[in-house]
Amino acid sequence: MKYVDEFRSAKAAEVYFRLIKRTITKPHVIMEICGGQTHTIMKYGIEEMLPKELTIVHGPGCPVCVTPLEMIDKALAIASLDDVIFTSFGDMLRVRGSKDDLLSMKAGGHDVRIVFSPLDAVNIAAMNKDKKVVFFAVGFETTAPANAMAVIEAKRRGLKNFSILCSHVLVPPAIEALLSNRGTRIQAFLAAGHVCTVMGYEEYIPLCEKYKTPIVVTGFEPVDILQGIYMAVKQLEEEQYKVENQYGRVVSKEGNIAAKELLKDVFNIVDRKWRGIGTIPQSGFRLKDFYSEFDAEKVFGLEGKTYSEDPRFRGDDNESKCIAGEVLQGLKKPSACSAYGSLCTPEHPLGAPMVSSEGVCAAYFHYKKREGAAG
Amino acid sequence: MSEEKIDIHNSMTCPLPISDYKKVLLAHGGGGNLSHQLIQKMFFSQFSNSFLNEEHDGAVIPVKEGRIAFSTDSYVVHPIFFPGGNIGELAVNGTVNDLAMCGAKPLFISAGFIIEEGLPMEELWQIVLSMRKAAEAAGVQIVTGDTKVVDNGKGDKIFINTSGIGLIAPGINISPKNCSEGDIIILSGRIADHGIAIMSAREGIEFETQIVSDTAPLNSLVEVMLNTSRNIHVLRDPTRGGLASALNEIAMTSGKSIIIEENNIPIAEEVKGACEILGFDPLYIANEGKLVAFVAETDAEKVLNAMRSHPLGKESVIIGKVAAGNTGSVVMKTSIGSTRIVDMLSGEQLPRIC
Amino acid sequence: MCLSIPGQVVSIDETVPELKMGKVDFAGIRKDVCLQWLEDVKVGDYVLVHVGFALSKVDEKEALSTIEMFKEMEGLIDERKE
Repeated sequence: MKYVDEFRSAKAAEVYFRLIKRTITKPHVIMEICGGQTHTIMKYGIEEMLPKELTIVHGPGCPVCVTPLEMIDKALAIASLDDVIFTSFGDMLRVRGSKDDLLSMKAGGHDVRIVFSPLDAVNIAAMNKDKKVVFFAVGFETTAPANAMAVIEAKRRGLKNFSILCSHVLVPPAIEALLSNRGTRIQAFLAAGHVCTVMGYEEYIPLCEKYKTPIVVTGFEPVDILQGIYMAVKQLEEEQYKVENQYGRVVSKEGNIAAKELLKDVFNIVDRKWRGIGTIPQSGFRLKDFYSEFDAEKVFGLEGKTYSEDPRFRGDDNESKCIAGEVLQGLKKPSACSAYGSLCTPEHPLGAPMVSSEGVCAAYFHYKKREGAAG
Repeated sequence: MSEEKIDIHNSMTCPLPISDYKKVLLAHGGGGNLSHQLIQKMFFSQFSNSFLNEEHDGAVIPVKEGRIAFSTDSYVVHPIFFPGGNIGELAVNGTVNDLAMCGAKPLFISAGFIIEEGLPMEELWQIVLSMRKAAEAAGVQIVTGDTKVVDNGKGDKIFINTSGIGLIAPGINISPKNCSEGDIIILSGRIADHGIAIMSAREGIEFETQIVSDTAPLNSLVEVMLNTSRNIHVLRDPTRGGLASALNEIAMTSGKSIIIEENNIPIAEEVKGACEILGFDPLYIANEGKLVAFVAETDAEKVLNAMRSHPLGKESVIIGKVAAGNTGSVVMKTSIGSTRIVDMLSGEQLPRIC
Repeated sequence: MCLSIPGQVVSIDETVPELKMGKVDFAGIRKDVCLQWLEDVKVGDYVLVHVGFALSKVDEKEALSTIEMFKEMEGLIDERKE
């Protein structure tokens, strides 16, 4: 595939492995933010090939993993209604709420459908006027414009039976939350390349300067990640801090202006709870009042329903052994969890990062060498 | 339910034998007149052979001394018609292939149908025709069967079970337990075509593609291979769960360590594109006309050449080997030169956006 | 987050001005994609697609110069091996 295969080249990868090895002289800790980047690092066994001085930690860049428990419970409540067609991206189907998950609801006969694009959900609404069609709008800034477009399109078509359950999260506030944590050991970030395709990277400059932390906008193919890591290591070795763009073939400083305008038109920025981390101020999107007829929380009367601040619901889920919060903040690796691989596996997960295929625990489990494996 | 009279004379000549009935009814599975006519006009007319024509409760087959391979599989694929085939030929080829993977010559197949009331007769006819053609192509006979019809809503158009028996020639011993250190792993062609063809026909995931299912009977390919070498230790067709699952099962059963090379695994460009869009890993996607063979190192090259001389093995390639050690797992050398574990699939692959 | 793939625009449909659509080709697979946020997109352009929407055009000049740079660096490694 053009503009994909070239960034999976073994030779180019070797170039960057060598450059990193040659450049690094002391230990560094770099966090990659995005679940897609975690996936690539695991899938291509990149960590094992990097010098020991370099520690890559994985951040909360899995919107599925950080979707608050109560939001999933709201989704399940809506999906359980007879006159509802509940639509979602595939990623969300296996994540458990307090008791159940969307896949089990589907198996139980409720109309839960996987869609590829939020526009598919709008089409379903147009073809099923007797049903209420709800779309589970989860994701970072990359997906938000698409979800905004779905709302605009539904309005344009005059649909009265479509709404979105909005659980969007924003990256820069999460980076600020992580960096402002006293105990943080993160020295540089690989910023999520596709988020920046939409948003550009201007908003990272003040963060970089405030915390004196290098930030490299990075793509998703293995050579992209290696090049991004190299650029971060080089800055750290030279004791610099600036925002650099590794992913120049699709990311510009100002991003996609039309998409950003759309976000401003449709959403307000609000405080948002991140499962496993807690509430991060100004870190989520909510539909503006003008579009309230498309806000599923309003349509189904679920606004204001919260759960008490039970420590279990901060991401330490149903079993006290789950350390999802610490893992998502890069404080611990999945393999440091006492339940990892024994009590907690993809077949019987204790927390969201093991359920979601993008989750770092699941990625570790599927791709990480386990003891005794040949290789 | 009242039974209507059939115009038998018309049904003898028209390509659709039971033209008075556009859809399958409950009575067609009830054991009465309509059942009898469906079986006679539809199944018997197409699958006709000396065993079936006895019209007994079961087929009586004379056996030579030796070993018989016996296999069963049920087919519930949705949609039932997909690019490159339908559920009928899938059902025949699938059981033929399971027998071939035992090193057997497939001979006789049974076919059990569970039909949902309301299935258009024309669709059933197309499926039966395909099964006849598939059986002929594979050189097997369908010698016994069963038909049931369930209420509308209690099935998914049609489910088919096929079971089969085949004869294993003396001296042939194919089993995952025979997997040995040093064995070379040969794959007969590109992977993931079938799964992607099915995906492309499913609602909600439509995309335009030229990819068709690779469903095919592999017994003649296996015969060529077995005539070339008696040092073929394991054969497996990587169906549900794909290549990764098949290799993991062999590794776990034998307790051996398998290593494969990503760059050697053939995948059609379009299939790669589809997997990228859907977020699927082609290693876990179903195939219906491919096999992997574990061959002693000494015979690997000649088996590979023999496979390549057969139409179903033209793109055969060595993808890996059985390494030293007893991990019972599979690792892969990636396209960038690192290695990683290839795990068993957990649950169904769901399309992802992350 | 977030799975996005580059593909080539093969046709554009502006029947609905508020929802510019197009067919995008990914190694032979074709899918309908919304091109609304790319004002000057043309047939033949490569675009990055996420959940059925084109997020940006691929800057081919930039991509090719990066790929060229890789090749030069790979060449240096090969020379050193000899």
